[in-house]
Amino acid sequence: MSPLLQGVVMILIGLSGCIGYFYVSNFVLDKIIFPPKLDDQGRNINRANLVRPWLFLLPALLLLSLYLIYPVVGSFYRSLFNRANTEFVGLANYGALWNDSGFRTALYNNFLWVLVVPAASTFMGLLVAQLTDKLSWGNVAKSLIFMPMAISFVGASLIWRFVYAVDPNIGIINALRDTVGLSPMDPLQLPFWNNFFLMVILVWIQTGFAMVILSAALRGIPEDTIEAAVIDGAKPRQIFFRIKVPQIKGTIMVVWTTITITVLKVFDIVYAMTGGNFKTEILPSYMMDYMFRDDGRATAVAFVIMILVLPVMIWNISNARKEMR
Amino acid sequence: MAGLKLTNVAKTYGGSVEVLKDINLDIQQGELIVFVGPSGCGKSTLLRMIAGLEKISDGALEIDGQLVNDVPPAQRGIAMVFQSYALYPHMTVRDNMAFALKIAKKPKDEINTIVEKTAEMLQLTPYLDRLPKALSGGQRQRVAIGRSIVRDPKVYLFDEPLSNLDAALRVATRIEIARLKERMPDRTMIYVTHDQVEAMTLASRIVVLANKGIAQVGTPLELYETPQNEFVAQFIGSPSMNLLRGEIIGTGAQTRIKLLDGRYILSDVPTTEEDLGLTVNVGIRPEDFVLSDENGAYCGTVDITEALGEVTLVYFKVDTLADGAEPIVAKLPGVQKDLRGTRVCLTAAPEKVHVFHEGQSLLYRNR
Ligand SMILES: Nc1ncnc2c1ncn2[C@@H]1O[C@H](COP(=O)(O)OP(=O)(O)OP(=O)(O)O)[C@@H](O)[C@H]1O
Ligand SMILES: [Mg+2]
Repeated sequence: MSPLLQGVVMILIGLSGCIGYFYVSNFVLDKIIFPPKLDDQGRNINRANLVRPWLFLLPALLLLSLYLIYPVVGSFYRSLFNRANTEFVGLANYGALWNDSGFRTALYNNFLWVLVVPAASTFMGLLVAQLTDKLSWGNVAKSLIFMPMAISFVGASLIWRFVYAVDPNIGIINALRDTVGLSPMDPLQLPFWNNFFLMVILVWIQTGFAMVILSAALRGIPEDTIEAAVIDGAKPRQIFFRIKVPQIKGTIMVVWTTITITVLKVFDIVYAMTGGNFKTEILPSYMMDYMFRDDGRATAVAFVIMILVLPVMIWNISNARKEMR
Repeated sequence: MAGLKLTNVAKTYGGSVEVLKDINLDIQQGELIVFVGPSGCGKSTLLRMIAGLEKISDGALEIDGQLVNDVPPAQRGIAMVFQSYALYPHMTVRDNMAFALKIAKKPKDEINTIVEKTAEMLQLTPYLDRLPKALSGGQRQRVAIGRSIVRDPKVYLFDEPLSNLDAALRVATRIEIARLKERMPDRTMIYVTHDQVEAMTLASRIVVLANKGIAQVGTPLELYETPQNEFVAQFIGSPSMNLLRGEIIGTGAQTRIKLLDGRYILSDVPTTEEDLGLTVNVGIRPEDFVLSDENGAYCGTVDITEALGEVTLVYFKVDTLADGAEPIVAKLPGVQKDLRGTRVCLTAAPEKVHVFHEGQSLLYRNR
């Protein structure tokens, strides 16, 4: 059987399996467990309606726990063992992390990333969304700014390697230095600042995301509140900061936290640009350094990252839910 | 003198869609002008042009004797109350009212005093620290009004401010606005509505807009008693004025008109001999009809009656009219039982009979 046919058959089997599950389970619930018999018709229909959501959610819940909860528990368990997975070491891996200056650098850098990237991306996104709003060619500008979203992080890194290239004939930074007579240098080796050069790449990518969401939010602001502000004498800048921004505060928070979560997961940029050298390590790339070499350590880092993401995630979800109401 | 003067004002959208043209209007300080007209005739557009939210395509707008075509809204000395209230949803009632004053950089104590005084006046004091979403529709409307009062503008603009309120609240708020106007006799107000009762009760003068222009300007009673054209005649008053074809057969200080069914009616509208034989529309308001004997102007069979308590609406078909023709409506006092299906004759006093030729009132043409 050709692989194509095989795929189609599998899709059909999967689909009919799903439909079959919902149909049969629904049938069993309605006709066998709680049949709407004459005497307690209403009560049985209500009962069946209470059970039904759980019945339909069951496959999803099972799969989620299999692929989400189990790995979390499994990772934590693995992080309690030594490198060869032969000896139980308790929290020793975590202790070792804390004492490793490389880990502390990664933690510190990650802190910088979380501070700078979401703020910069959201701010730029908001700015672009506002500036292109009433422009006739605004949509063209927006498409261009959104485009980096479609590029993988590694691809983006490759593009920016050209920007940061040492050769003044390639890298724009060194080309600029060259025209004013300065000798070429490697921006990625500039201590401390090289972190920011890497962040620029993620900001470049995420601005498009922030712009799209915030531009939709700006459009959703009732026009007459803006007209009322115009009549009240507010200048464009006051309208933007005192009327528009407060009205889309919820969306801004959602965008901000979503980007924060992305930041805590990105390792590709650091990995592709500096490989974590020159003190540019962040937690995910630090984890990658240990993966396959010392899985005990790597899973410990993974767990630390999860602990850091979790509160942001919960906050993000609660914000998003508030927005939807 | 905070009057408004509109000279040949016009509005075109995108260079080709003409919405308003040749609007000429002179508004004195302290007047309460009401714009009425059918939906889509440009009432809001005209108001927004006065506010400065919409560019004036042609003509001149003067406020206080100053050309303000290109003056930004905030410097025109106007305030506007929107149909949808347009409150700032993220600000408390207090901040909503204080916003304009804060923008104008007034001192804090002064802002507080003004806001609290205004809130007191509008009975909003208990709600000062609430957000708009925690207010009822009527309260929101009062905040919107309060927001315009604190700025103490020369001209207030209202765009259908009551249309989102229920009937009872609408009456109460209408009276509120009338009181507000009384308290500020030297402030000019322009009020858009398509509720006739609002227009009739509030206005010092009504501007009827239709067909891209002004159909008539006048006091409510002028519009009711002496409409210049059929449009105004039918627009003001409820149910609408009846219009019936006829021919002038006698002229002079009183005009004698022969109706289609061969009967005659007299009108106090004066005519000249040239008008003899003119085909006209005779207009009679439902409430001006009185029951009469067989010599009445209109005789016919009663089709439907609607008892409203203090009056009864009687719809009837005139004998000679074709079946498809609109029935004639009469508003008779009190409860009229058992009229349905019977034959009645109605007539009207000569001074209540309007005469229109080609849509225009002969009264105005001959004056
Ligand atoms: N941006 C626009 N482009 C083209 N035509 C417009 C535009 N805005 C309004 N119009 C037209 O102008 C006309 C007047 O609109 P306007 O809102 O002033 O009506 P209105 O008298 O206030 O009606 P309503 O009683 O329903 O509020 C309408 O026919 C509308 O279609
Ligand atoms: Mg309107």
